[in-house]
Amino acid sequence: MNQSNAQTDQTMQDKDDILLRSRRFRTERENDWKTLENLLKRVEAGALSKLTDDEMLQLPRVYRSTLSSLSVARATSLDQDLIDYLESLCTRAYFYLYGTRTRLSERLGAFFRRDWPAAVMGLWRETLISAALMFLGALAAYMLVQSDPDWYYSFVPDGLSGGRSPSADTDFLRDGLYHDDGADGLSVFAASLFTHNSQVAIFAFALGFAFCLPSAMLMVYNGSILGAFAALYVERGLGYELGGWLLIHGVTELFAIILAGAAGIRIGWSLVFSGNLSRLRSASKAGGKAALVVAGVVIMLLFAGLLEGFGRQLITSDLARYSIAAATGTIWFVYFYMRGGRVSHG
Amino acid sequence: MADAADKFVKQANSKKKAAHNGQFSSVQLAEQHRKNAAKKTRRMVTPEGVDLRLNLSDAGERAGAFMIDLMIQLGLLVALSLGVFFSVSPFSQDIAGEFVTIIWLLGAFALRNFYFIAFETGPRAATPGKRIMGLRVVNRTGGRLRAENVFARNAMREIEVFLPLSFTAPGVGVDGWITTAGLIWSLIFLLFPLFNKDKLRAGDMIAGTWVVKAPKLKLNIDLAGQGETQLARGLSFSRDDLEAYGVHELHVLETVLRNDVRETRKEVAEQIRKKLNRKKTKGFTDRDFLVAYYAALRQHLEGRMVMGVRRKDKHDKVR
Repeated sequence: MNQSNAQTDQTMQDKDDILLRSRRFRTERENDWKTLENLLKRVEAGALSKLTDDEMLQLPRVYRSTLSSLSVARATSLDQDLIDYLESLCTRAYFYLYGTRTRLSERLGAFFRRDWPAAVMGLWRETLISAALMFLGALAAYMLVQSDPDWYYSFVPDGLSGGRSPSADTDFLRDGLYHDDGADGLSVFAASLFTHNSQVAIFAFALGFAFCLPSAMLMVYNGSILGAFAALYVERGLGYELGGWLLIHGVTELFAIILAGAAGIRIGWSLVFSGNLSRLRSASKAGGKAALVVAGVVIMLLFAGLLEGFGRQLITSDLARYSIAAATGTIWFVYFYMRGGRVSHG
Repeated sequence: MADAADKFVKQANSKKKAAHNGQFSSVQLAEQHRKNAAKKTRRMVTPEGVDLRLNLSDAGERAGAFMIDLMIQLGLLVALSLGVFFSVSPFSQDIAGEFVTIIWLLGAFALRNFYFIAFETGPRAATPGKRIMGLRVVNRTGGRLRAENVFARNAMREIEVFLPLSFTAPGVGVDGWITTAGLIWSLIFLLFPLFNKDKLRAGDMIAGTWVVKAPKLKLNIDLAGQGETQLARGLSFSRDDLEAYGVHELHVLETVLRNDVRETRKEVAEQIRKKLNRKKTKGFTDRDFLVAYYAALRQHLEGRMVMGVRRKDKHDKVR
């Protein structure tokens, strides 16, 4: 208590005069903290590329030094303000240094090359279940509508049918398969198809949270609409033509919806049967994989929406429609199950 | 601020039973802070072996952030539509109309789904709303927050918020039962965060994420510096004076000094002088006295901490 200038603590002599050790500690380490704070401020604003080489090397060093300051401060200092500051600074730095900093292009590359096909491959059991549910729905609706056409109205909502009902005559139905909308509104049509389907797919995924059931029901319901449509057209002798009309985009779209349903089922399943993991851990593990699949599903649906909105209206030959359907089916299959199989094992 | 003083005064007067006379190991030392926030604090150990404390955000902050984000999205859509409409409509009303329809269809979809995803995969892991509220998204395991985590937590929002909303939209011809089912559904998800200890919404649960507070704090001046000046000017405290209080009271005193309200300072200074049995020293203001006592008490308590003894509060019998 013999010094008169304890307030100024810049020089070494003054440092030795400081009474409180924790205060001396602070004056000795403060520069590193400030450096870290400034660097963080710049890189968080997206100026990583503007850092010089020296600063790049400095960042992890001052991070470690600040982290060790935090440990020391917790054990030796009672300055609350200081500890809170270090805690918040270290947390920020930690999230920055250990967070994702890959460029968007790299991330997308990894997604298409590896993550997406591998995740789809990993869901193959759920995909089979989901497809089977949709098929069951279709089969049931098909048989019901065949036995009594009035069933049609219970499966196909008015908004979706657009006059395509058992009361319509065959020529109207055939016409609808080849030019159902004027070419003017195509872009709006494609956009609305895409957004509607994507929303359904995201629902199918998210609904799995309620222990699979809603996802499974959504699959059955989607199948039943298809089945009812098929029964109506087959009865009028338009089965082959309907196939072309549906499958040109339907291979992609139905596959996508089935995958979304599979993702939902995986999540519900992981919640019910969490195995050795805690329920939370199991859900989040399944959630990550399922989300990868559904992110890809949205891309598939964008593609399907374009095929449906433009391709189907502009390509009216049945053979061409079937060829496109076969081609897209093959591409998806090879991509998911051959590439996906290889990367998920490799 | 008056709260802090009340608390201090109350603590000083209370006849609370003396508890906590165990010794504190250095691991437990850090435990002390922010006792009432402890329930919402989670630990995360960095690869360097230091445990960082994360404070979970509360429901109000998150709801606020979400509202801000919704407003921003709506604003963007309206601005974009107006811009496109007025730049195209001189050429053709029809095409302009079609463009605006596409903007609302695709734009609403893109915003609804990708606004959150785009921002939360960025370096700050927060949407503008979250940044304003001082929040960020982190991986629960402490590992890196991956794009699929962010996608999952935001895709779940569809059934948590937008699906129930679509039930309330007028003109959707659904009957009473479906509306009721929709209401029950939305209630389940609305109340979901209340039924788990981490206050997770369904999306966070599936994605394996937390929303935590991420304040940017400034380093304020060290009050002990001012205190040392006052001590050097001649104020001094006996060992008994310094045994009067513990760490808790020291932190309350720090809060009082930092909040810097004259009346509170006066009240607290009087309280301490009463406890220490001393008169007001001439030439020293209440603030001078308080910072000096703060520095002396902190030095005393820190000195004992180095020896592995942490006196929790004034009831702590550790000597």
